[in-house]
Amino acid sequence: MNSPLVIAGVELRSRLFLGTGKFSSGPVMRESLAASGAQLVTVALRRVRTDGASDDLLGHIDPTLYRLLPNTSGVRDRREAILAAELAREALQTNWLKLEIHPDPKFLMPDPVETLAATEELVRRGFVVLPYVHADPVLCRRLAEVGAAAVMPLGAPIGSNQGLASRAFLEIILAQRQVPVVIDAGLGAPSHAAAALEMGADAVLVNTAIASAADPVSMARAFRLGVEAGRRGFEAGLAAPVVEARASSPLTTFLAEEAR
Amino acid sequence: MTFEDLWRQHDFGAVAAHIAGMGTADVRRALGRGRVALTLDDFAALLSPAAAPFLEEMAQTSHRRTVERFGHTMQLYAPLYLSNVCANLCTYCGFSAHNQVERLVLGDGEILAEATVLARHGFQHVLILTGESPRVGADYLVRALRLLRARFASLSFEVQPMEVDDYVRFGQEGMSAVMVYQETYDPAAYARHHPRGPKANMPYRLNTPDRLGQAGVKKIGIGALYGLSDWRAEAWFVGLHLRHLESRYWRSRASISFPRLRPHQGDVALSLRAFGERELVQTVCAFRLLSQEVELSLSTRESARFRNHAFRLGFTSMSAGSRTNPGGYARPRESLEQFSVDDSRAPVEVAEFLCARGYQPVWKDWDGTYDGQVVNRTEHEAPTC
Repeated sequence: MNSPLVIAGVELRSRLFLGTGKFSSGPVMRESLAASGAQLVTVALRRVRTDGASDDLLGHIDPTLYRLLPNTSGVRDRREAILAAELAREALQTNWLKLEIHPDPKFLMPDPVETLAATEELVRRGFVVLPYVHADPVLCRRLAEVGAAAVMPLGAPIGSNQGLASRAFLEIILAQRQVPVVIDAGLGAPSHAAAALEMGADAVLVNTAIASAADPVSMARAFRLGVEAGRRGFEAGLAAPVVEARASSPLTTFLAEEAR
Repeated sequence: MTFEDLWRQHDFGAVAAHIAGMGTADVRRALGRGRVALTLDDFAALLSPAAAPFLEEMAQTSHRRTVERFGHTMQLYAPLYLSNVCANLCTYCGFSAHNQVERLVLGDGEILAEATVLARHGFQHVLILTGESPRVGADYLVRALRLLRARFASLSFEVQPMEVDDYVRFGQEGMSAVMVYQETYDPAAYARHHPRGPKANMPYRLNTPDRLGQAGVKKIGIGALYGLSDWRAEAWFVGLHLRHLESRYWRSRASISFPRLRPHQGDVALSLRAFGERELVQTVCAFRLLSQEVELSLSTRESARFRNHAFRLGFTSMSAGSRTNPGGYARPRESLEQFSVDDSRAPVEVAEFLCARGYQPVWKDWDGTYDGQVVNRTEHEAPTC
C-alpha cells in the first residue's frame, strides 16, 4: 500500500484516477473501476442526467466506494465552465471539479487563459478545482496561487497513448509544486503510469488506455500495479541513473605522487 | 477567403481525373502517414480506385482510430421534421415543389406531440429539419427552439441556409449545431438538379458553413449527396471543405454525413451515379484517416444489415427509428416523406443491438447548459446496456 495522497483535506489511498467515458458498457466500467482500485473517478457532466432522473452511467458508480470528480469537457470558455460547474455541483452534490476548457475540438488542447480565470472565479465560489492544463510550469504556479487544489498537466495529447512526452516540463512542475500534481492525458501503458509516479507525480488519471483496451478490466489491474510500483519506487528512493562507466585509469593520483 | 473562393481554385472534373490517376504507391504513402499528417492528396489516394484492394486495411485503421478517440460508444439521435413546405425544385427530393402532395407546417401542439414521442424513446439529441420557405424562417425556428429546448440535451438544425445574424440568434436560443449539405460540389450537376428556387444559388449554399463559423456555431455539419456526380471528387471536396473550416473556425466541431440517393416519390428520370455500399465504406474510412476527431454519422437511409456491419468502421453517431415526414412520430404515415427509411427498427432495438456488439449507446453527450440554457427534463427513459 502506498502512502496516502491528500487533496483539499481528503485522503485518497489510490493514486490512480479513472475516467468513465469510452467504456463499452456500464458493467465493464464497473468491473474496471473495481480492478483499478481507484477512489476518484471523473464523469463528464455532458454525459450524465442533470435532472435528477436515474442515470445509466452514474448507476454503475457506487457512491460509497468512489468520490465523483465531475469534469466540464465540452465547454469552450470561462463563462460556459462556470455554468457547467454550478450545474455539476447541484446535480452531483459535490463541489469538486475537474476544470477542462478546450476551445479547440480537434486536439482538445486546454486554454490556459480561460482556465486560469475560471479557476480563480470557481475557487471564490467554493469549488475544489483541479484544472487540466498544459505542462506549463508558470501556469501551474499561478493556478496554485489562485487556489487550485491540485494541477493536472498533460503527459501527452489526450487519447494519444504517447506517454510522458512532456517529461522535461513535468519535472520542473514537480520540482516547484505547491499543490499535488496529477498527470493527466496521454498515458497509454502501465509503464507510463509507473514512470510518472517514479518521477514523483502525486497521481495519474487514465481513461482511453483502459476503456479502449481489448480487456479493460485486466488493463485496469495492470495500471493499478504500475501506479503502485512507481510510487513505491519513488518512496524507496530511486538511485540516480549512471550513464558512464567508472574510469579505470584515475586522473588525479599524480597529486598524491607529487606530495610523496 | 470563403470556401467559395477556395472551391473556384479547383475544377471538379480535373479533381475527378486526378483521383482516377492515383496509383498503388500513392495509397501506400497515405496509409503510412501518422494520425495528423494526412494531406488532401493522400486523401485523394484513399478515395481512388487504386485504394480498393486496401479496403480491409483502411477499415481496420479507421476502426482502431475511432475507438481510440471515441471509445466503444455510439451516440443516438432522431430527426424531427417540422415541415415539408419547400420552394425549391430539386430533382431528387420528396419535398420538391413540383410534387403534388399535402404540405404541412407543424404548430406548437403538433411539435410538442412529436417531442413527447421522441422523449419516450429516450432521445436527448434531436435534429430539427424543415424544407425551404419563408413559412419556416427564423421566427418559426426560434419558436420551435423555445418549445423544445428544455426537453432535450441537444437541438441541431438542418434547415434552409440563413444569415450570420440568424445563426447568432439561434445560438442565443440554445441551438447546438447546424447541418448544411452541399448536395454536390460539381457546378454542372448542381445546376441540373436544382433548377428553381432559392437553392439554385450555389455560391450562397457553398458559403453557408462559413457563415456558421462566423456566427460561432459550435458544430457544423457538411456533406455531399452521393449519386449526383462523381463520388470520389464529391468526397474530396467535402474533405477540402472540412480542412477549410478547421483552419478558419477552429473553435467549431465538424460532422460529416453520407446521404446516398434513395427512392422517393417523383424520381422517375434521375440519371444517378453508382455509389454502392463498398464505395460508401471506402469514403467513410478515408474520412476517418483524414481526421481522427471529425464526427461521422450513419443514417437510417441505410439498411439494417449494412448498419449492423458498418457501424464499427468509423461512425460516431446513428439515427434510429426515424420518421422523415412532419408529424410522423405522433401520427405515422399521414404526410409526405422526404426519403424512404430502410432501417425501420425501433430505437430500443438499435440500442440493444449495439449493446450486444459491445458498444454503449450514448443518448446524452451534451447538455443544454453548454448552450446557455436552464434544463429541466423529466420524460426520458433511455434503454441502457
